[in-house]
Amino acid sequence: MRISLKRSTGDVALSAALAGAPVWAVPGALLLVAVIMLGIGTNPTAAFGALADGAFGSPYSLGITINKATPLILAGLGALFSFRAGVFNIGQEGQLYLGGLAATWIGISLTNLPPVFHIFVSLAGGFAAGALWAFVPAILKTRRGVNEIISTLLLNYVAMYLVSFLAFGPLRGPETANYQTAPVAASAELPFILPATRLHAGFLVALACVIAIYVVLWRTPFGLEVRAVGSSPRAARHAGIDVSRTVVLTVLISGGLAGLAGAVEILGVQHVLMGYFSPGYGYSGIVAALIGQSHPAGTLVASVFLGALRAGGSQMQRAAGVPVTMAYVTEGIMVLFVIAGVALRHRAYVPKITHVA
Amino acid sequence: MSTPLTLAAIGSVFAERSGVINIALEGMMLAGAFAGFLVAYLTGNVWLGLCSAVGVGALLGLVHSFVCVSLGGDQIVSGIAINVLSLGLTGSLSRMIFGVTPSLGSVPRLPVIGVPLLSHIPVLGPALFQQTLLVYLSIALVPAAAFVLFRTHWGRSIRAVGEHPRAAHSAGISVYRCRYVAVALSGMLAGLAGAFLSVGQVGAFGENMTAGRGFIALAAVYFGKLDPVGAFFASLLFGGADALQLRLQTLFGTQVPVDLFLMFPYVLAFLTLAGFVGRATMPAASGTPYTKE
Repeated sequence: MRISLKRSTGDVALSAALAGAPVWAVPGALLLVAVIMLGIGTNPTAAFGALADGAFGSPYSLGITINKATPLILAGLGALFSFRAGVFNIGQEGQLYLGGLAATWIGISLTNLPPVFHIFVSLAGGFAAGALWAFVPAILKTRRGVNEIISTLLLNYVAMYLVSFLAFGPLRGPETANYQTAPVAASAELPFILPATRLHAGFLVALACVIAIYVVLWRTPFGLEVRAVGSSPRAARHAGIDVSRTVVLTVLISGGLAGLAGAVEILGVQHVLMGYFSPGYGYSGIVAALIGQSHPAGTLVASVFLGALRAGGSQMQRAAGVPVTMAYVTEGIMVLFVIAGVALRHRAYVPKITHVA
Repeated sequence: MSTPLTLAAIGSVFAERSGVINIALEGMMLAGAFAGFLVAYLTGNVWLGLCSAVGVGALLGLVHSFVCVSLGGDQIVSGIAINVLSLGLTGSLSRMIFGVTPSLGSVPRLPVIGVPLLSHIPVLGPALFQQTLLVYLSIALVPAAAFVLFRTHWGRSIRAVGEHPRAAHSAGISVYRCRYVAVALSGMLAGLAGAFLSVGQVGAFGENMTAGRGFIALAAVYFGKLDPVGAFFASLLFGGADALQLRLQTLFGTQVPVDLFLMFPYVLAFLTLAGFVGRATMPAASGTPYTKE
């Protein structure tokens, strides 16, 4: 474990992120995807054209792109926050499900609250549920040394099936034909913020979190502790930092942000809770954080890009016959290019794994 | 139900012992499931399907090694990337070739081979000795893997590379080659495990059909303390849990939502990890790239 605190300011980290691999990783990955498209007998130019049109062609489609980017931004912030402490919380998908569950429950049951207040309580409930779901692997890591990578991954499946079970059975709405809950009260719905689009206020929540996470990480003593633990737990301990406490707090915030991602998706877009409601937003959030070099601003940009891939995907499928799942291919290749690029430039920048708590 | 877990877990024991964390196991299994199905479907030959599943697994293993060993990139990040890539590629190709259907046609399944005499034992006979070749192979692999890992020079090299790569390097062992071979082996067996699911068990491919079994196999590796025999018993336990939940589904599926049963193997895997696996099961150099100086 290398002890290095020289990248201590966010501005340096940002410039490193901007100057780093992602800039060429994006066109590089797209080129490789184009080759794959040619290989399976489709026209890449038509496919990318349809994709761009479907994602940015009109204010309405731009709104869809941003809506799809919003949970990715929040889940991505959650991922990068824990990565910065050297903790691999990759349970965003599960924490997102729990956040959606809590937000729905509060959105349905606490109906006598003032409108704006109801939204905030529902969002806070989503954050708390995500944090609670992440707390279990965090405490297991610090107390018993249980590897958080595998525990958070397993909990993703538990959460997914749990939410599906609840939407199917105990929480199933009385008047719905489908297996879903009753809709949340109108007072808990996130309002649309741009005329003639479905862009909802969850994006503003995500933007506020981008700024908040940046400030916490690079402008507060706690953020310094988080990054110190991420650089070297041993050095941090010698410097008098309570490493276990920092790890648990970091993972709580990380899980909370992923929970918030689930909450804004329910309150802004879906309004009811269904089983399997997340199309992999948690995993793509991790991808956004990785492409964004674990920096909030980079993650924001990467999330909008990945949101565009998802939003334009169906038009790409209609116009060029390229399946929407090609978005995942692009994501995977892009991450491989990013790590390869970073590793080639200098082998130390990607946040390191720490197995010592 | 335990066979795919055993296959994937045994391979992964080698990768983990050599110091490379392989969460790409899930993606390797999924790719193996698809490649095995596709080739068996196109050629009508199950064995060719199995071979290509092994090949695709090895290929992903080489990608993982190239990124984490040669380039020194992060192992978890590379694993995530390979999982996402595999999900996307198998999904896209299956949609393009077969159309958007959750499960596809059927190919000739693996033949069932009965062990003479033993398969006629009542109750136990058919369960233990009336199986496909892959089941016997997975069981034979357990002592073989334990022997290789603990009794051969190559096995010692793998463990040395995982514990102290610099010392291993000084002793003339090629750290890179050991890790490459271990991860490729892990990929091959994971590919085979995936093919067991698609062409061995159901005779069909469904999008994301592995559904986290790769992660359960990885949990079995840790629960088994990175030991082939331990990993085998852990796979039996988790596979048994999967079989039990399927049985419960058919019994109570009409009264209780099936998701409650589907959850069971993951809850069990999580609880065993939380309850029994403590510190210091991982090799000392686990997760860290080795750079020659």
